[in-house]
Amino acid sequence: MMPRVWIVILGLFAGVYLLKAAGPLVLGRRALPGWLTAASNLLPAALLAALVATSTFASGRHLQLDARAVGLVAAAVALWRKQSFVVVVIAAALATAATRALA
Amino acid sequence: MAEHPVPSADRRRIRGQAVSISLAIIPFGVAFGVSVARAGYGLPEALGFSSLVFTGGTQFAAVGVLADGGTATAALIAGLLLSLRSLAYGVVMAPALGDKPRLWRALASHWMIDETMAVGSSQRGHPAQRYGYLVTGAILFACWNAATVAGVYLSDAGEFVERWGIDATIPAAFAALVWPRLLDPVQRWIVVGGAVIALALVPIAPAGLPIIAAGVAVALRRPTPPNSRTTVGRR
Repeated sequence: MMPRVWIVILGLFAGVYLLKAAGPLVLGRRALPGWLTAASNLLPAALLAALVATSTFASGRHLQLDARAVGLVAAAVALWRKQSFVVVVIAAALATAATRALA
Repeated sequence: MAEHPVPSADRRRIRGQAVSISLAIIPFGVAFGVSVARAGYGLPEALGFSSLVFTGGTQFAAVGVLADGGTATAALIAGLLLSLRSLAYGVVMAPALGDKPRLWRALASHWMIDETMAVGSSQRGHPAQRYGYLVTGAILFACWNAATVAGVYLSDAGEFVERWGIDATIPAAFAALVWPRLLDPVQRWIVVGGAVIALALVPIAPAGLPIIAAGVAVALRRPTPPNSRTTVGRR
């Protein structure tokens, strides 16, 4: 009998792949209805915002304000000053590290 | 639709984004390798997760459930719930990938994750979006698996990640990609709505669901005149 861990690995491989590929394979290059095109143009804004919010303020199942928030502020300042992607990411890490060192 | 080649200056900029976001996930790949080793598994299992499943949150959840003595069914459900958002990413990327043959799309879809959607959807025009998606997928896949291998052989990565603020690089990278959208008045409200909805759901919904639910912010937006929609989502 297959070990439990490999049932999980192969099961997730199949399940996650179907979720990943459903859009590109089913929708393909078919023209979407207008409302769906409009929605999928806006969807990344909502998804990215949610990723920023949860990766900054979520800790498991609860919300938490910690040094990561200082990092996000530093990133926002760097973005506002039109810094490059790399500078933005490094600024966030340094600000968060400095906050933790001081705390 | 006419295919415009991606200008080399744009390609260089996109590669920079891909490399930055891939470096940012390395510590988490290491942490994943550590968690696999601590759960009592070895390199084959670690690489099985990182190369076949290849979806960070899903991998952590599944190994977490197994390490706690959970059943395979519980680990599968936790992992799949976390990756439901891949479905939304597929819808977002489908138009850009749709110009390619079916087999090509089937293979490329394996790289449908947070970061490839983020870099891909932030470019202008289908060829650049596809380039962003593919370059990020290739570089990140290599980094994620290499980091996983390193993690299996390292004892503790958590403290290193905390001390150097590396956990803050992920939100910063996503923030950099969402930033240009704040200039558009419609997108600005979608960004605020998406963040608020996601945070409101964190305490009550399983991990991963808040991100999908944020998508409803799009459905709740005020109707906009048709001519203003054409510029939406370009940057």
